[in-house]
Amino acid sequence: MTSSTPRLRPLPLLGLALWVGLLVLVSVWMSRQAYHWLPVQASTAAPLVDGLFSFETGVGTFVFLGVISVMIWVVLMHRAEKYDASDAEPIEGNTKLEVIWTAIPLVLVMGIAVYAIQVNTRLGVLGPMEHIHPGNAVEEVGGYPGDRLPPETVEVIARQWSWEFRYPAAGVSSTELHLAIDQPVTFRLVSDDVIHGFYIPAFRLKQDVVPGTAIDFNLTPTREGRYRLRDSQFSGTWFAANQADVVVEAGDAHAAWLKQAAAQPLQSGISDAVQEYAVRDRKSNPGWATVPPAPPPQVNVPGSNTLPHDA
Amino acid sequence: MTSATFPSSEPKPSWTRYFSFNTDAKVIGIQYIVLSFFYFLIGGLLAMIIRGELITPAADLVDRTVYNGIYTMHGTIMLFLFIFPVLNGLNNLLIPTMIGAPDMAFPRLNAVAFWLVPIFGTLLIASFFVPGGPAYSGWWSYPPVSLQNPLGNLLSGQGLWITAVALSGVSSIMGAVNFVTTIIRMRAPGMTWFRMPVFCWTALAAQSLQLIGLPALTGGAVMLLFDLIAGTSFYRPEGGGDPVLYQHFFWFYSHPAVYVIILPVFGVFSELFPVYARKPLFGYVYVALASFIIVGLGLIVWVHHMFPSGVAQWMRNLFMVTTMLIAVPTGVKVFAWLGTLWRGKLRLTTPMLFCLGGLFNFVFAGITGIMLATVPVDIHVSNTYFVVGHFHYVIYGAAVMGVFAAIYHWFPKFTGRMPYEGLGKVHFLLTFVGANLNFLPMHPAGLMGMPRRVSSYDPEFAFWNVLASLGAFLLGVSIIPFLLNMVSSWVRGPKATHNPWNAIGLEWLLPSPPAEDNFGEHVPTVIARPYGYGLGQPLVENQAAIERELTLQEATP
Repeated sequence: MTSSTPRLRPLPLLGLALWVGLLVLVSVWMSRQAYHWLPVQASTAAPLVDGLFSFETGVGTFVFLGVISVMIWVVLMHRAEKYDASDAEPIEGNTKLEVIWTAIPLVLVMGIAVYAIQVNTRLGVLGPMEHIHPGNAVEEVGGYPGDRLPPETVEVIARQWSWEFRYPAAGVSSTELHLAIDQPVTFRLVSDDVIHGFYIPAFRLKQDVVPGTAIDFNLTPTREGRYRLRDSQFSGTWFAANQADVVVEAGDAHAAWLKQAAAQPLQSGISDAVQEYAVRDRKSNPGWATVPPAPPPQVNVPGSNTLPHDA
Repeated sequence: MTSATFPSSEPKPSWTRYFSFNTDAKVIGIQYIVLSFFYFLIGGLLAMIIRGELITPAADLVDRTVYNGIYTMHGTIMLFLFIFPVLNGLNNLLIPTMIGAPDMAFPRLNAVAFWLVPIFGTLLIASFFVPGGPAYSGWWSYPPVSLQNPLGNLLSGQGLWITAVALSGVSSIMGAVNFVTTIIRMRAPGMTWFRMPVFCWTALAAQSLQLIGLPALTGGAVMLLFDLIAGTSFYRPEGGGDPVLYQHFFWFYSHPAVYVIILPVFGVFSELFPVYARKPLFGYVYVALASFIIVGLGLIVWVHHMFPSGVAQWMRNLFMVTTMLIAVPTGVKVFAWLGTLWRGKLRLTTPMLFCLGGLFNFVFAGITGIMLATVPVDIHVSNTYFVVGHFHYVIYGAAVMGVFAAIYHWFPKFTGRMPYEGLGKVHFLLTFVGANLNFLPMHPAGLMGMPRRVSSYDPEFAFWNVLASLGAFLLGVSIIPFLLNMVSSWVRGPKATHNPWNAIGLEWLLPSPPAEDNFGEHVPTVIARPYGYGLGQPLVENQAAIERELTLQEATP
């Protein structure tokens, strides 16, 4: 057993440096991997969010592995010998160390915070800057300066349990959300009943839809494809089935879709809850009580929510 | 049994005291712990049904209404009927014995606080049997979902749920008043603040949070109950109410509640690492004070649960920064434990393994916590399985493992019997592997965009959910060796000496189990800081004589 503290001899120092170097490499590798854990990037917000997440994964990996390395080292190297009942050398603390390990996390988290605030600000400029209009959602008109008004406004009505999308300019309604690529769009989010969550993972964006309030929400899709919109705030029995598809298409395809849709007669849109509710009602033991689903919205285009989606 | 020289004339206390309105904190402590594990088994059974449903993408095991009721009750039972009561059990056992008090400051209030637990527990479990089933709106019970009351009856599962939560708040406030008063007023002579064990520091910090935060939740819950049964519209938008207001009341308490849970577990780590590393706690004063910095910051972070609710940008940034700052005092603690372990003489006993495993999981949870604090990442992963994974790492991976560590460590003190090491290590291994297998896969599922609280999901999430379910079933099995160990060692385990772990602390200068009034008239005078391992100084005056007497007592059959 050593009795005196070994002071930074060259060999252990070299080993430590090598180990730290290895941890840095692993952390960099993990920060690259982090992109693969997320869905495809389909909005202007996505690369910003992913960049921050990747950075945090890198820093987090380094901190985690650093702490765990110390734990594994002490468990392997500093175990008491069998039948050794004696105490270890009593080190009660070290103020210098305390200052260092208070300062390092402080600098680290404040660095991350500054980065996150920058991303936050840019996200605000690029799109999801919400404008909240308290009061009656139906009576509310306009609400933000014209220079920021994106060309397309879509009214999103969340219900128990369906999503309805209205395009007032084109006079179209649908239960499948269609968006033009690279075209900023404003959503006006309203709910008929409870709080729902407007969440499109491929866009990395989410906003609660609060009854009694109309919330404006902007974004810009950047990748063509079919994505999932999921209800992200628990809304009751068919919460899990309250999903819709989002189709991002080229500008002319989008215009064509709107034109074609406007010519369609109104019909029942998609509501998985209504179908399941009908089946459930016929069972002898249907389960516990539920609020009945709202009738399917009457729309020009029901669309689909069963086709393969990109994310 | 206060002295070795006189044979005891008192009859051995009967086991029936555990089923009575007893005012001895040590009896109440065991009542809390045993009752909480009864509810733990119910909550765990519900978790098995949840993971059974989620092992396949379709909603095919139970009806969706049943699933929603079960996940709601799982969360509610685990928080209000397991983790808070079990920690209050530890508080009851440890605070008086660690500070040398004969009992809690208000013993009858203490007993009332405990007996409220089975009362609201029964109310909550009874909601399974009322028409329409139990509450189904999640343990947050956000309005308007929680106000929908499909059958329209006055007596509903949701109404019982709110009543139970409000009663739980009353019980916890009673407990908090008692713990805070006891720690402030009843410490042994010589036990100044900076000679107090860290567990008591963390208990004081946690119970202060209860006193500040709980009234908000209880008031918020009462208004929710009025909205539900009396037609008021505090939160109903159609009556001019604001559903988001409830979220503020709820999280104003329920975020600090996480610190109410984790702080005493930090206390357990701080107590146990020195014992099993045979070294003083590194930087005792900093560790003690860090708890109160966590209290201060913990009270001003609640809005981070509401980033997607529609919060102004500047508020998002402010609450992000306060949340991130909590990493600093928490980091001080983690580094202090590493400093304690460094160059120690580690003994990998069952409680030590649970502490090391708990620390491992906690560090992981801390890193995902920082990710969740940053607004842009939170917007993507909030209300997804990433959050579910994060808090199960905190609550199960760190807090419950810390509770197990505490139980194995102090079991001999309060039962007079030694737990079995072999079974304990099996329990540790199954818990550690099970928890990581269960909760790690939730993170990728959440990053991919799987919302929490779903009874069905898209097939791309199936792989991670199968892994999580297997981990959950393993966790379900892991409780068996624990229960076997507790029952068999309490009934016929080897007799424990007064200090089987060779630990330093007032509680280890009491016989195992201690007399009803602990030290009685002979409270020793504390003359040193806790955790003097390797320093060779006594903790109290006449320590040698006290220990000699205890050893003599143990030698006489």
